[in-house]
Amino acid sequence: MEIQELKVKASQIRMDLLTIIHRAKTGHTGGSLSNTDILTALYYEIMNIDPANSKWEDRDRFIASKGHSVESLWCVLADRGFFPREELETYSQFGTRLIGHPNNKVPGIEMNTGALGHGLPISVGMALAAKRDGRSYRVFCLMGDGEQAEGSNWEAAMAGAHYKLDNLVGIIDRNRLQISGSTEEVMGLEPLDEKWAAFGWNVVSINGNDMEELLQAFRAVPEVPGKPTLIMANTTKGKGVSFAENVPAWHHHVPNDEELALALSELSASIEELTQKGQVQ
Amino acid sequence: MNKIPNRQVICDTLLELAKDDRDIMVLASDSRGSAAMAPFANTFPEQFVEVGIAEQNLVGMAAGLAHSGKKPFVTSPACFLSMRSIEQIKVDVAYSRTNVKLIGISGGVSYGALGMSHHSVQDIAVARAIPGLAIVLPADRHETKKLTEALVKYDGGVYVRIGRNPVEDVYESDDYPFEIGKAVIVQEGSDITIIAAGETVRVALDAAQALAESGVSARVINMHTIKPLDEEAIIAAARETGRIITVEEHSIYGGLGAAVAEVVVQHHPVPMKVLGIPDEPAIAGKSAEVFRHYGLTGDNIKQVAFELINK
Ligand SMILES: Cc1ncc(C[n+]2csc(CCOP(=O)(O)OP(=O)(O)O)c2C)c(N)n1
Repeated sequence: MEIQELKVKASQIRMDLLTIIHRAKTGHTGGSLSNTDILTALYYEIMNIDPANSKWEDRDRFIASKGHSVESLWCVLADRGFFPREELETYSQFGTRLIGHPNNKVPGIEMNTGALGHGLPISVGMALAAKRDGRSYRVFCLMGDGEQAEGSNWEAAMAGAHYKLDNLVGIIDRNRLQISGSTEEVMGLEPLDEKWAAFGWNVVSINGNDMEELLQAFRAVPEVPGKPTLIMANTTKGKGVSFAENVPAWHHHVPNDEELALALSELSASIEELTQKGQVQ
Repeated sequence: MNKIPNRQVICDTLLELAKDDRDIMVLASDSRGSAAMAPFANTFPEQFVEVGIAEQNLVGMAAGLAHSGKKPFVTSPACFLSMRSIEQIKVDVAYSRTNVKLIGISGGVSYGALGMSHHSVQDIAVARAIPGLAIVLPADRHETKKLTEALVKYDGGVYVRIGRNPVEDVYESDDYPFEIGKAVIVQEGSDITIIAAGETVRVALDAAQALAESGVSARVINMHTIKPLDEEAIIAAARETGRIITVEEHSIYGGLGAAVAEVVVQHHPVPMKVLGIPDEPAIAGKSAEVFRHYGLTGDNIKQVAFELINK
């Protein structure tokens, strides 16, 4: 896909996720909006996947360790054709398989996540299996920054470097907010990139809401043979919706009717702007 | 309908008590909002500790604080507190006999459609297996207040499990005797006994009411303390009413029903039925929908009671 198209796609995904959260009256709005560009880059451009054959052996693997941001993932998977779009309407309803966290009953989901700090150890296992089996697939693991306080991440970080897993890509959605406020107030993380580097990872810092930078970083992997890569994706929580950006309460705030209307109009304005630019070029 | 969730009652009560007791401390793992503890954090910043999303460290630090004379109250979602930190609970709290109160919030299926990772329906089973750890599930806001006061005085590890939303009152006021380890008969009855804990006490009372309308006299026991278990109350119920139903927001394995059954078979065997969540990841939905799906309702309990009585 062209960069322009990817940007439009990300805005459409944002509109979809706001709509399902509004409808279900539950969801993790802020973190889903912040990682939408990352998912868009991965699922439409970077990852080697086949929605019609979701268990294809050589597919790239994606693990949403920050499982609470599942709404963006449900919308991406539906749009990529892993399951029918209409099913999005069942999100969080009684008896649904589209629950509030990734659920591997759904095609495209590798593992059940939701308890933070599980994704990276699982991903290390998958990447190690690829190495042992001589397969070329890669494993992408998306983590939260607040999630970095779980010790299991650092145990996995050690193992990833120890086993020289250059087919493993950790991504941190560095939006600098968690539930109770800013990460640096709740439990300071800085210098976060130096910590990952000290654990033996190749660290790349980018603007995680910038499609060009995302594609460039992902395409360069593996940059350093024998080292796993950590992409420090500096993002804005609530990205794309002016009144939700950088507001901690939007972690799990649900838009009311007016807020939804306003958010959708902001996002469709951004799509219009992008498409006009596209025509001029 | 009561609008105050139990988690807020714990915060309000601790706010009151902490004024005169500077050793009371509250610890949270990015969970002060979910635990309704923000007012405590703001009022007593020196008695509040934030550890970030790190439940193992949360309980380990609490044990260290308790070892140094503090009275730590750990507040975290029941699912993570009971499972992620279980080794710290076993070794640093129970085995080492430190005075740590573990408050598991949003327990059972309160997290609704967030799914198995967030449901806490194995916590009682896990906690029961740990020697020296008390387990308490308060039934409503009045009992939560009395429990919180009792916890401050109780020396030792306690796991408390509460839900997320406000629950309908079981008691009219907090004017009744509450003691950790002592069951409360909330309704006298002679034909059958329904034993419940936490939010299912209200459901058991609804069932007893429906049964009364059909001429069946049901005793309802609020077994707020699952460990140490009030065996006497259970044996008396078996002897005097001949049949027992247990109702719990927990797996049918290892929880209240299992604990009661262990006493019943060893002391006074009578027909029993254990109602709870079957051995499967609970279905997604609001907690009321999940309760209905698994028959944790007054109507279904009434049905089950008839079946037991006519056996
Ligand atoms: C083990 C565990 N503890 C606590 C939670 C509850 N929880 C869900 S999201 C969240 C905050 C996550 O913050 P962050 O990782 O920064 O994600 P983001 O800001 O991108 O949403 C918490 C504490 C959880 N899901 N798992």
